[in-house]
Amino acid sequence: MIPEPYVSILYALAYVLVAPVLGGLIAGIDRKVTARMQGRVGPPILQPFYDVGKLFEKENPVVTVTQNFYVLSYLVFMVVAGALFFSGGDMLLVIFAFTLSHIFIVLGAYASYSPYSHVGAERELLQIIAYEPMIILTAVGMYMVTKSFFVSTIVASPVPMILLLPGVFIGYLIVLTIKLRKSPFDLSTSHHAHQEIVKGVTTDFAGPNFAKIEIAHWYECVFLLGVIWLFFAWNPLIAIAAIIIVYFLEILIDNTISRFKWQLMLRSAWIVAGTLGLVNLGVLYYLKMVVMP
Amino acid sequence: MQILQLLLYLILFPLIAALFILIVRRDSGRNMIVQISAIVIGIVSVVLLVLGWDKGTLIYSFASEPVSQIMFFIEIILAAFILYLGIKHRKSLTVVLILLQAMLLIWFETSMAGHLHVAETLFVDQFSIIMAMIIGIIGTLICVYSVGYMETYHLQHKNIRDRRGIFFGLLFIFLAAMFGLVFSNNLVWVLFFWEITTLCSFFLIGYSETEEATNNSFLALSMNLLGGVAFIAAIIYLAVSDPSGKLLGLNYLITSSKAIALVPAVLICFAGITKAALMPFSSWLVGAMVAPTPVSALLHSSTMVKAGVYIIVRFAPVLSGTTEGLIIALVGGMTFALASCMAISQHNAKKVLAYSTIANLGLIVACAGVGTYNLMWVAILLIIFHAIAKSLLFLCVGTIEQRIGSRDIEDMGGLIVRMPKIAIMMFIGMAGMFLAPFGMVISKWAAIEAFITAPFGLIFIAILAFGGSVTVFFWSKWMGKIISVMRNQTVIEGTGQKEKYGVLYILTGLVVVVCLIFPLISSYLIEPFVLNIYGQTARLAQANLTIMVMMLCLLMIMPFSLLFYRKPVTPAPPYMGGRAMDDSMHFAGSLGISRELVLSNYYLEKTFGEERLFMIGASLCWGLLLIAGILLLGVIL
Repeated sequence: MIPEPYVSILYALAYVLVAPVLGGLIAGIDRKVTARMQGRVGPPILQPFYDVGKLFEKENPVVTVTQNFYVLSYLVFMVVAGALFFSGGDMLLVIFAFTLSHIFIVLGAYASYSPYSHVGAERELLQIIAYEPMIILTAVGMYMVTKSFFVSTIVASPVPMILLLPGVFIGYLIVLTIKLRKSPFDLSTSHHAHQEIVKGVTTDFAGPNFAKIEIAHWYECVFLLGVIWLFFAWNPLIAIAAIIIVYFLEILIDNTISRFKWQLMLRSAWIVAGTLGLVNLGVLYYLKMVVMP
Repeated sequence: MQILQLLLYLILFPLIAALFILIVRRDSGRNMIVQISAIVIGIVSVVLLVLGWDKGTLIYSFASEPVSQIMFFIEIILAAFILYLGIKHRKSLTVVLILLQAMLLIWFETSMAGHLHVAETLFVDQFSIIMAMIIGIIGTLICVYSVGYMETYHLQHKNIRDRRGIFFGLLFIFLAAMFGLVFSNNLVWVLFFWEITTLCSFFLIGYSETEEATNNSFLALSMNLLGGVAFIAAIIYLAVSDPSGKLLGLNYLITSSKAIALVPAVLICFAGITKAALMPFSSWLVGAMVAPTPVSALLHSSTMVKAGVYIIVRFAPVLSGTTEGLIIALVGGMTFALASCMAISQHNAKKVLAYSTIANLGLIVACAGVGTYNLMWVAILLIIFHAIAKSLLFLCVGTIEQRIGSRDIEDMGGLIVRMPKIAIMMFIGMAGMFLAPFGMVISKWAAIEAFITAPFGLIFIAILAFGGSVTVFFWSKWMGKIISVMRNQTVIEGTGQKEKYGVLYILTGLVVVVCLIFPLISSYLIEPFVLNIYGQTARLAQANLTIMVMMLCLLMIMPFSLLFYRKPVTPAPPYMGGRAMDDSMHFAGSLGISRELVLSNYYLEKTFGEERLFMIGASLCWGLLLIAGILLLGVIL
């Protein structure tokens, strides 16, 4: 038996090493499925890796040198947030580290003073305020079930979380759509070519810097799907099935719904968090605190 | 007796300094007195910390009657002066309130005060020490900063009468009153110092003597006088219910039963709400920004509003578990959420800071109103972190304003090139306000963990989740403005005034250092204090602390990554959809007209407009206060 601190360090290490591979594969499958939905053949599954490999070989044009710093910090803190999560750390701390990393990419976009990345940055911030309340409520919901903010405790809980937190789960799915940059919420930057602000926040990043953003997004994707695991943690098989179904749904939504304006995005995210999320938590609160304290 | 001397010294020395400042006519002499006194006060408050941190609660008794009478006379004279000013400027509301206050005071003094004997007049405990550190270090740093600032201020504003002697005198009286407030155990004394801070802020807000300044100073005065009336009512209630006057001692009042303490506690908390500028009264603090920037820094960080939250946190044990406490907490929570939203729609840097202050004070009051042991811990933590970061931000904005002639955030584009030192310090200050792993986020996190076990905590968690995320928006876009790099900009940072920059460096250092050592502050000062009151205390998990420190270190190392990119590169132009752009940010627009590229932030007036949200907030909070009032009436009758 390995002592506990080492286990968590091993999990964190595994995340750091495996997550980009997994995230890249997911991105590849995503592109393939999307292509099939649109009646195209689509690129090979490994295409995202070829892309990133090629990006690293290119030169690194920047508008200002500080952009390098922001992108690197974005990547580093994204890895930190994910590693904290997979090592079983405190959910709230994970969320704050996650926000910190996003602030860095926003700052990078602001730094370049291009109108496209500027609008992208503003929209990215709107996305952050749209999704953050729901993520915090998700953590709070998991605390209410397990009496702990620590992922290690939450994941070990034998309670089928999804049955107690269905509203929170739906709220989280909305947030996931924002975070995975899927239509209708891909306002700040999009995987698709058809965006009115070119590439939004990432407009003025190219070459190795852009590759880092891609890798950070892979890390992010694995972390976000990891949160879904927590809802189904009592049964790993169901958890994997749930993640696959959820991701497929995200692709489907992405390809069938057109982009919202920010007002509608903010409103729908907040209303869902405020109704489904809060009502779910309220009921749970009532049950836990009043009915059987 | 050593510590008692320190307390008396801290209250009286600033007064003596103020006297000398008022007498000395020459600028250089006055500046010297300001700086030396500031240093002395700072040192004495540190000595107080060193000698007093392990002593627990110390209460000092001595014959307070003569002093109380002097205080009464001062109050009456000041009331007469305010009455005169109110009549002169035709401010009927102020006149009515000051008359009401004076009548209540005279009635109290003539018919009740005679047989009241409050033996324990002064006290000090860990919370007082924390407050004294904030006043004695941050407050005096702001005074030192003001020396350079006011010199430039009067060079730039020739039409404003140079009354610097009065200005600095008032700053030190303000500090003295704040020390008096946090060390007084006798509520009558607390009231005296309370009124002095109200008057000091009134005179300081009106310093420039413009019409706007005068109006705003009277607005602040009226609102705080209203709070003062509630405070006097609380004292009269106590004097009536216990003629011996024992209950007027803060130490007895807080530990006595809720049946006795609740009514005065709520009345005093109402006074605290006016002073802390929570929602129905937030306009006075927003209006107070017409004052010279160091005054704003002082009001927002170490004095005035902190007096308001100080007294509410003091009464947190009485409020905990009561409906009235919950209502006060809700007022705080509403203020937090709405003021955060209102900050989004503001261009004016000082207004953004003001709304952020109001929001954070709301959060502190929300914690204190619910009043469980771990929330009191959070409230004190918030007071500390907020004081440091906010004073730094105000002083930075003041420096920028004097340099670029504007306090509009839209004019701060590319500040990182134009004034790199200030920009970096502002950056750290802002990070301290909303980014992990800095202070305010630590507090927000602890607040979530504390609310989750508190009664009705879910409401506050929702408020925190939404309001907290909104703060990310307005700080980040401001940060983005500062770092957006435009071409053709030159360094305009004048570092001529050394003491000004010295103060900023110290405050920046404090933001980071306090973040690193807050576990020590918590375990040596806050935890014993909370333990003493509730019998249990809160803290963050050790594992999390380690991770926070590691994150902070990582954050400090990251900028060194720029060393890897030292290789000179020709910067690419920002992407403009393929249009060519020259170095002066002009591009060929349609019809061959050359246009300048100008980018502006989102302010989303329609969604987060100030007036609409204020209407919502004010009506909600008035409603809540009304309910609290009706409940109180029920208790009294």
